[in-house]
This record gives sequence, C-alpha cells and structure tokens, in this order.
Amino acid sequence: MSSLEFRKDLFADERDDSLNEIGKPTIRQDILGHVTGRSPYYDDHLFDGLLHMRCVRSPHHHARIRSIDCRAAESMPGVRRIVRPEDVPNNLNTLLSLIGFGKEDEPMLTPRKVGYRGEPVLAVVADTERLARAAVAAIRVEWETLPHVLDVEAAIAPGAPVVNETYPNNTFDYYERYDHQKLRFGDIEQGFADADHIVEGRYRMSPIEQAPMETCGAIAVPETNDRFACYTSTQALFFSLATTAKLLDMPSSRLHFIGGTVGGGFGGKVDSVVEPMSVLGAMLTGRPVKFTWDREEEMQVGAPRGAELWDIKDGVNRDGRIIARRFTGYFDSGAYTRLSSYAVVKGTAHLPGPYTIPNVASNVYCVFTNRTPATAMRGFGITGVDYAIECQMDRVAEAVGMDPVEFRILNAYRDGDMKAHRRLAKNTALIECCQVAAQKAGWRIGPQAARQSSLTGGGGQRAEIPETVTDHEGRIGERRRSRIPNEPLLGRGMKSRIPAGTTRSEDVVAAPPQRPDMSADRQDVLPRHDIGSSREFEAARSRPDQQPTRSAGPESRGDLPTPGPGRPSPQTSPQPAVPPTRTLQRPRVSRFIAGSRRR
Amino acid sequence: MAVHRGRGFASVNYPIGMNLGGDPSQALVHATPDGKFMVTLSSIDLGQGMKSVTRQIAAEALGVPVSDVYVDTADSDTGPHCMGSFASRGTHRVGNAVIRAATEARTQLLEAAAEELEVDAGDLDTDGSGNIHIKGAPARSITVADAAIAAQFKQGRTLAGRGIFLVPASEVDPETGEQSPVTCFAHAAMVVDVEVDDETGEVVVAEINSAYEVGRALNPRLVQQQLVGGAWMGLSHALYETTEPYYPAREHLPLDFNTYLMPGPGDTAPHHIAVLERPAEDAPFGGKGPGEMCANPVLPAIANAVYNAVGVRCDELPITPEKILRGIRNNGGSQPKGIPG
Repeated sequence: MSSLEFRKDLFADERDDSLNEIGKPTIRQDILGHVTGRSPYYDDHLFDGLLHMRCVRSPHHHARIRSIDCRAAESMPGVRRIVRPEDVPNNLNTLLSLIGFGKEDEPMLTPRKVGYRGEPVLAVVADTERLARAAVAAIRVEWETLPHVLDVEAAIAPGAPVVNETYPNNTFDYYERYDHQKLRFGDIEQGFADADHIVEGRYRMSPIEQAPMETCGAIAVPETNDRFACYTSTQALFFSLATTAKLLDMPSSRLHFIGGTVGGGFGGKVDSVVEPMSVLGAMLTGRPVKFTWDREEEMQVGAPRGAELWDIKDGVNRDGRIIARRFTGYFDSGAYTRLSSYAVVKGTAHLPGPYTIPNVASNVYCVFTNRTPATAMRGFGITGVDYAIECQMDRVAEAVGMDPVEFRILNAYRDGDMKAHRRLAKNTALIECCQVAAQKAGWRIGPQAARQSSLTGGGGQRAEIPETVTDHEGRIGERRRSRIPNEPLLGRGMKSRIPAGTTRSEDVVAAPPQRPDMSADRQDVLPRHDIGSSREFEAARSRPDQQPTRSAGPESRGDLPTPGPGRPSPQTSPQPAVPPTRTLQRPRVSRFIAGSRRR
Repeated sequence: MAVHRGRGFASVNYPIGMNLGGDPSQALVHATPDGKFMVTLSSIDLGQGMKSVTRQIAAEALGVPVSDVYVDTADSDTGPHCMGSFASRGTHRVGNAVIRAATEARTQLLEAAAEELEVDAGDLDTDGSGNIHIKGAPARSITVADAAIAAQFKQGRTLAGRGIFLVPASEVDPETGEQSPVTCFAHAAMVVDVEVDDETGEVVVAEINSAYEVGRALNPRLVQQQLVGGAWMGLSHALYETTEPYYPAREHLPLDFNTYLMPGPGDTAPHHIAVLERPAEDAPFGGKGPGEMCANPVLPAIANAVYNAVGVRCDELPITPEKILRGIRNNGGSQPKGIPG
C-alpha cells in the first residue's frame, strides 16, 4: 500500500511548527458538496429560453474559404442566428496581450483562411443543441486546400507554407529581434572543448490532453442593466473576462463573470474561447446562450499541452561534473500563439535544470504548425524539458560510470549558486530530496553523497557570473532566407563577449504592503529564516573566496535520521420580449428527476 | 521471453508563480454581523483546494479558529481582481494577498477589543481559539465575536481588510535570457520500479518512492491529494496519454475516453511519499504550490527504469509497448542493465 510521511527533522530550524491552523489536516470546506453531488457547476445554472451554440469547423489542416452557403440552415425553424466573423467587434486577439506580450494573431471566428483542422469559421445559435448541430451540418463551405506543415523542423525551414500571417516565418518574434529565446551563460564551446566526454540526446513529447471530466463551457445571460452575466468553467476569471471585453469591444465592467466549481482544469480552461462566444451569442439574440464543447471538441479542438522537441548536448568531466550543457528546444504552438510563447520563456528560465553548470546556452523556438493550437497544462513549459533533462542525466551518468543518484547530487544546485538566468539560488532542497527518495527505496548511495547538503558547498566561485559569449544569429526572418544552424553559437556569425559579473536588471521582488497595518509583523506569520539567509547570499557574492557558512541545520547528514511515521455592436442587440428568468436550482430535488436539466 | 525488473531515478525543481506578466491577485476580508470573518476572492478553486487553504491562511493571520472563517470565490462583481489559477500561483499570490487583508482586519479587531478592554491595542494578542487577551494576563480577555459585534454595533467601526500581492513584471534580456522568473522553487526526487514484458512491451509500474519539498505543507491532506493524484497523472503521461499517437502525423486521433488511454484503478502503483518542508521567504507561511510539479519526475523516472530493465532508451513520449518492442528488436533483444543502488 501507499504511505505518506512528513520529514519534520529536515530544515526544522527554518520552520515554526507551532502555528494554530497552518499545517493542520482541516477538512475541505467544499468536500461535502463534491461527494454528495451538490456543488454547483456552471452548467447547473438553468434559464428559461436558453439557446445553444455550435460551431462550423474546418475539416482541413490548411485551407482558404471560397464560399459559404447558409441558406438551408437559416430557413430551419428554431435557428435563431448565424454568427459570422463580421459579427465579432474586434476579431483578432492574442491571449497574452493582457500582459503586453505578442502580436494579435488569432480570430475568434476565422474569415478567410484556416490554419488547423477544427478551426471555427461560423457559429449557429438555435433553440436546442440538436437543432444547432443539424444547422451546422446543413451549412455548405467550399474549401480550397493549401499545402500544410505539421513538423516543427520542417516549419522553420526555408520554403515551408506560412501557417499564420502574423508570423510569416512560422516562429514567434521575441523582443522584435530574434526568432527564438536565447540563453547564454559562459562559453559553451570552450566547455565542450575542455570536457572529457560529450553526450548528446534528442527527446520528443507528443501533445497531451488536459482531459477534464467537465468540458469547457459557458452560459451568457443578458441582464436588464445593459450588462451580461457569464457562468463559466474558467480557471482564470478576470483573464477570461478581460479577453471577452477586448474581443467584444466593451468596457469590462459590463461583464459579470461567475465561476465556481471547476470540473477539472489542468491548464485547459485558461484559453477563454467559450466565454466570448457565448456572450456574443447573448448580445446578438438577447437571450441566454450556452456554448459547451462536446468530448470530441475537448479532445481535438481544445488546446492540448503542445508537443516539444529537445536536443541536449552535454560536456562532462571524468569525475562526473557537467561543465557545459546546450539546448535546442522547439515548442509546437499549432496554428496560433495562445500561451506557447510564454512557455518558451518559462522553460528557458528553467535551464539547465536544478544543476549548477558553468557554461549553458540554449535556443528555444515557439513554432507555428497546421495543428490545433497548444496551450497551458499542469507543469507548463517545464514537464517536457524536465523529461528531456532527466533522461539525459541518466545517459550522462552511464557515460561516466556513476550511480544516477550520486551523479545528480554531485551536480545539484545549492544555496548561493549562480543560476543560468543570472539570479542566485536560494531555498534549495534538491540534494535532500535525492537522499530521502533513495533512502525510502532502499537505493544505497555512498557516504560522500549522503553527507552533502543544499545548505553548504554553494556560493563562492559558484556564485560568479562568468564571461559570456553571445551572438546575434536568428534575427527575425533570417532563417527563412538562408540556412543557419538552429543550435546556439554554432553559426559562423559575429560573436561578442559580455564581461564576467554582468547583470542588466535588478532582481524583481514583490511590491510591499501599501499600509503598515497590512504588514504581518507577528513572528509566527512569516517564516523565520529569510532575512538572514538572503544577506548571507549577498555576502557570499561579494566574497568569492568564502563560502556561505551556516551553522544552523542538522550537520550530520552522513546517515540521515530515521523517518518518523508518518473571451453588431451592443446598441443594436435585440431586446427579449420577456426578460429571461433565472431558475435557480431547487435544493434537494434532483435535476435529473425534475427533468429540468436539458431544455 | 521474460519479464524484466528495472529501476529509474529522476530529480526536478519547479518554479512557483511565474511573473513574466506581473499578474497580481487581490483579497478582501470583512467581519460578519455575528463576529465571524468572510474572505472574498475572484480566484478559482479548481478542485485543488484553494478555498480551503486560503481559509486556513486567513484564520492563521487573523488569529481566529478556521471554523470562524468563510471563503467566497469566483465572482467578478464581489471579488477583487485575480488573474487566475495557473502557473502554481494560487497559493503563492492569493495566499499572500489574503495574509495582507487578514492582517489589516486583525489590526482593527485588536483596536476594537482594546476599546472594550480599555487597554492599548499593542498589549493584546489572540489565542487562536476565539479569544483576545492581554499579553501575560490571559484572564483579562474578550471573545473575538464580542469585540467584532461591539465594533460594528457600538463603536461604529468596520473590521475589514484589503490585500494585494504583486510581483512586478520581469524583463527578459534578449541576448542572455537574464530574468527573475519566479521567487521560489519546489523540489522533488523519485525512484520508480517497473516490470517490462519483453514479449508484449507492456510496462507495469511496481512501486514509486518519492520525496517532495513543498516549502510548508499548509494542509497536509491537500498536499497528499496533490502528490498522489499528480504522480498518477505523471504515470499516465509517461505510458498512456497523447492526442496524437503518431505525432507529427495526425492519424489515429482519439476522440473520447475509449480511445484516449489512461491507467485504470488496476494500473496505479503503491506510492511511498516523504514530504520535506523548507519554507520560502516570500511564500505564505513558506508554502510553495506542490500541484504542478508533482507529475514531472514520474515521466523521466519511468523512462529511465524501462532502460534499466530492457536496455531501450525511451526518448519519445508516451512510452508505448510498440516503441519498447521496436527498441528491443533494434537492440537484438532485451539488455537488462542490473538494478542500481
């Protein structure tokens, strides 16, 4: 059977374990509702006169729309509205425009050319879901198929079909400069030249579905105060609200979003597709409109965790120390950006993994291909590269003939070490996790590895930012004109050197409390150790010859202590003859028995 | 033809609360007419238990029992702005906002109690059980409820607090990738034991032993829920799941749960977990979100275990029987490497 223990003996001096409520196994506030089926989901909100929305979708990976014939669908009784691209007030968006990152590249309903199979081109609003499906089936679209590209490496090669006109090079533009995100730390080529062994690996992860039990959906309801309420399964209420306000070109205060219990998100409910669609439906019909994906849409139209491809090259010494690590990474973004551009930056900051390596370089690409756009999923930007790094670690351990656990402990980052994104490591605990996991599994490691600690041995020279070789290759558009290598620093272009110790920005810390009385000064509210430890790291940086010494903490790690138990303008929107009435759930009467679940 | 045992290892860290965009979260706390406290958020509980953990955080910071705190979430009219529940930011960002809001409300609560007790607010403390007393003189006390009722219906004071937590956006240097991506990291290491059938290519995960460092387990049961469920998800990613089985070719696409494979109850493995707690300096009570990280070590640990068992490097996910059998064939047969450790 399974078991769980809390190793309170580790880092005990950095914690106050005498808190009143923190650390207690308090039963969840909402659990009774979950286990008795009483927790309200967005789809449990019932409305008279509810209309249903379905989309007309592309059957092709890449195609131009020649013509659309909606006459048969429009004459069907019960079809209330065909929603067209020209009905969308602001029909081009990119999700991360909310934080000023990236160019508008994705229509809500696509007017001329589609970039992936399943891309929505029209929507139908009808009295029932069945009618909506029948109307969608009755709409005739004449397509002109275009050449498509599905492979990331093929997509960035010269001559590949253009997937997304906003990014004609099939790569996201980073900082109006490069077609990829760079990471440069030290001199990678020198590192390879100095290494005893070179180990290379190529790792690939296929797309994965978030697979929530509840598919993405929303119900939008016109309110009498010129506002719209939207009941939604979103993971990110104001993200979805702001995206809807932008696409529909209305002040966000006209929207009232109500979330609640989410039937599984895992990253798949951030994209804010169903919310603007349902609100637009409500604007155009003046009635409550529901837009919910069916399972097939959730699986193949809803954005998955995108595929990734990673090439890793390591230079390692005979003693097992990795002295150079190079990455080339490709995030398959599908036809539009969604959030993949962000995954690239997040993934880059994560390199080279939780290890202290003096020379690191990476080029990571957000690549557009003719497939379903990718988006967030649990572990976003990290899961795929962690898989690649840890499989690579296994390869390198084998190449140098070391035990895999001892090899990781040898290379593990420690407090005070400089990371490749030029910030000092603090609050680290990788070594202890390695030791404890090995101990639990009965995996014997040598006394040297068992003695190591995250608290000691870091800093000093390891806190230094090395002189760094940089380059200017991969400028936007360059790659499609001439073949240049995808790997960092491998091209023949100009190289420059940035002096050791260079940082170009301050560390970012949280904004302070706006008033003193919001500041928790009770000792037990904040962990005790911090103020001291950050100063210690600063001190370690300024004194490269000295390593940070911590007297605190269990020193005798040689033999670990035995564990205890343990998304037409609104002015023209038609008004309903009778305002929709909200039928609240009747407590204690099963919706299924009452027959009121589907209208 | 035989079943081969194999053992694999992986260790990872995880960035808690990306601040590429500087996305903030806000919280409001106010006293109810009967002297309890209501925390109002627009944040979303995805099932991970954010309602529960923010309730505990509010109770701790207010100094009142958790039973006296209610949390209202997910309404954009009543709850102040929150970007959302993603990037392991829920506990970190929202939790910190709740601490600030609860702390301001606590200050007013103690001022109201001080007026009732005719003492200086600085001399008062809470006992976490619903009482406010003079430090060093527990007998001179007033209940939190009486103080809150006196404040609202006798003194004419509100007991309310506002909180926001914002880590400003981090610029990224285009040339070097320099950035401040996050403020803290969680950690994990894992040993996975597998059995690989070299005739069918099937992999059975026999046992998982893991250590997860989560800063502080704000609620140990919620941590357990995340780690157990997350490891199952990792196992599923490693061996079963994909929307495009022959990626990059778009063929044989699953459309429902009959064709999108996941492990069933019989495919789960015994999982022995150790939780380590090294509090992070700017996290609420030191707690880092464990939810995203917990699946990550499982994927490479299984891949490495399969290599150990039959000598086939699993460099493409998911690790299907087909890939294993092709690997064995390319190698001219199984090549067990011998159990390490």
